Amino acid sequence: MLTEQERERIREEAGHYDYAQAACVEALKIVQEGHRWVSDEHLKEVAELLGMSPEALDSVATFYNLIFRQPVGENVILLCDSVSCWIMGYEDIRAHLKERLGVELGETTADGKFTLLPMACLGTCDRAPAMMVGGDLHRNLDNGKVDEILGRYRQPPET
Amino acid sequence: MDRPLTGDLRSDGGVLDLAAYEKVGGYEALHKVVREMTPADVLKEVTDSRLRGRGGAGFPTGQKWSFVPMGDDAPKPKFLIANADEMEPGTFKDRMILEGNPHLLIEGMILSAYTIQATNGYIFLRWAYKVAAERITRALAEAYDKGYLGKNILGSDYSFELHLHTSAGRYMCGEETGLLNALEGKRANPRAKPPFPQVSGLWGKPTIVQNVETLCNVPPILRHGAQWYLGLSRSEDGGTKIYGVSGKVRRPGAWEMPLGTTMREILERRARGMREGHSFRGVLPGGASTDFLVEAHLDTKMDYGSVQAAGSRLGTGLMIVLDDKTSVVGMVLNLERFFAQESCGWCTPCRDGLPWTARILQGLLEGRGRPGDLERLEMQTRMMGPGNTFCALAPGAMEPLQSALKYFREDFEKLIPKSDAA
Ligand SMILES: Cc1cc2nc3c(=O)[nH]c(=O)nc-3n(C[C@H](O)[C@H](O)[C@H](O)COP(=O)(O)O)c2cc1C
Ligand code: SF4
Ligand code: FES
Repeated sequence: MLTEQERERIREEAGHYDYAQAACVEALKIVQEGHRWVSDEHLKEVAELLGMSPEALDSVATFYNLIFRQPVGENVILLCDSVSCWIMGYEDIRAHLKERLGVELGETTADGKFTLLPMACLGTCDRAPAMMVGGDLHRNLDNGKVDEILGRYRQPPET
Repeated sequence: MDRPLTGDLRSDGGVLDLAAYEKVGGYEALHKVVREMTPADVLKEVTDSRLRGRGGAGFPTGQKWSFVPMGDDAPKPKFLIANADEMEPGTFKDRMILEGNPHLLIEGMILSAYTIQATNGYIFLRWAYKVAAERITRALAEAYDKGYLGKNILGSDYSFELHLHTSAGRYMCGEETGLLNALEGKRANPRAKPPFPQVSGLWGKPTIVQNVETLCNVPPILRHGAQWYLGLSRSEDGGTKIYGVSGKVRRPGAWEMPLGTTMREILERRARGMREGHSFRGVLPGGASTDFLVEAHLDTKMDYGSVQAAGSRLGTGLMIVLDDKTSVVGMVLNLERFFAQESCGWCTPCRDGLPWTARILQGLLEGRGRPGDLERLEMQTRMMGPGNTFCALAPGAMEPLQSALKYFREDFEKLIPKSDAA
């Protein structure tokens, strides 16, 4: 079930438009903020709030690379696999990430910390290779830098 | 040298807030326009400036605006949308302005909206630009507080509401009509044209969709005039352009320079040439969906007409360099995989042809090349050529492939075993 607060935020987003459906991507992102991914259950609830059929909403949800219809880990790693990053060493970084995390592209680590996904150009091609982790951008990657970044997410936050 | 788009950016990568933007002349154009210019006056100035779209297709901006129905009988509301989806691989120019000077875009949007008398606008931003999203949100609030946005702007009878929409990642959302569907909360399949969005766009109302960089040219044009703007350029079209280079050059980056600067000057003077141990083989001049050019073209001016005459397109103006250590076939495979993945699947040549193309290229690289593969690839470039698909994604996808087959044919041929059976 969505929380009352989430439902309220979705209603508010819908109120910005003459047609509530226009808020559907925003609504799905609100769901993901709290739950990381969009379950069938949540999809139905959002569809009802926006006056859409679940099928119509799902056809939009599945169109987007960043609306997750399957569970993802605590931190989603989006590794740019487009042309400039490919030229600058994407394949090495990918191999290193796979080895360090023990997963293939599209998989989540056993401890649920990371999901590794390929992503189209992140718009920072002059500082390739690049990836985003949990919304933060990291560029000019090499293996050492990747280890350092992963380490930061693995440690409990300092107090 | 005048750099109206990026000359005021902070060197520390920070953002110009409202006060800092006003200090360098920001919103002067808006004051002037609401005080003394009619929409028709603004349209004339922008048309005379010979500003053309910076999003890839290069359509003359003033002409595009002239198709919007005007007057009291025109349908309402009208919309103005900034296309900030920037997902063309190799392209990172709009990010600079969105992060560094969001008020320039906002002022450009208010002025453009005024010209077509649009009352509502959206900034359609790609999900990945998190920093930009925060800074735009703050800038919008500042602009509303100061009376630059909202009802009766600067005491005039003109009103404009502007909102930020962040997308969820899909290349097709950047295609003009796909973007309209995305904003309406539908799948971002493209729409049939006509009707053109200028007449029937968002929710069936007149709508202009314009690239971020295009819109950012509007305040300086109105502040300094069309003649000044034409004088910035080394080309028949007006203004500066944000050029950029990625790949194995010494100093990748993006720089605002006169429109019509040569490729050589950008590559050698700004990007400082190739990295040690690498030599130049070719370049995609304006993003992933443009034709390769080679050494012989390096003195080509990077403007709309010259790049086209050389056999490619200016596109987004951001170059991707191919070096001698990088596999041409591998690079083209990477590009075609991107397009295959991002295809919306609406029409058959693109939905089926792009994965097929990628499979042939992959086969070549994995030692499964067969006689006839190059002909099969060439057939795809014809099947997905201009006019055979619903939108420009597929023809764009064919540009690097067809030109690679032309300029680097031996790289492909090498991968096909001499067959005794053939
Ligand atoms: C598949 C596809 C993706 C596109 N993505 C973008 C984009 O991210 N940003 C953009 O400004 N234009 C993009 N365009 C071009 C737009 O359709 C449109 O021509 C442009 O936004 C018009 O603005 P302009 O005249 O200011 O260039 C794309 C086109 C296609 C076919
Ligand atoms: S060309 Fe490709 S992306 Fe464009 S409408 Fe057809 S299937 Fe969709
Ligand atoms: S190609 Fe990776 S950021 Fe553009």
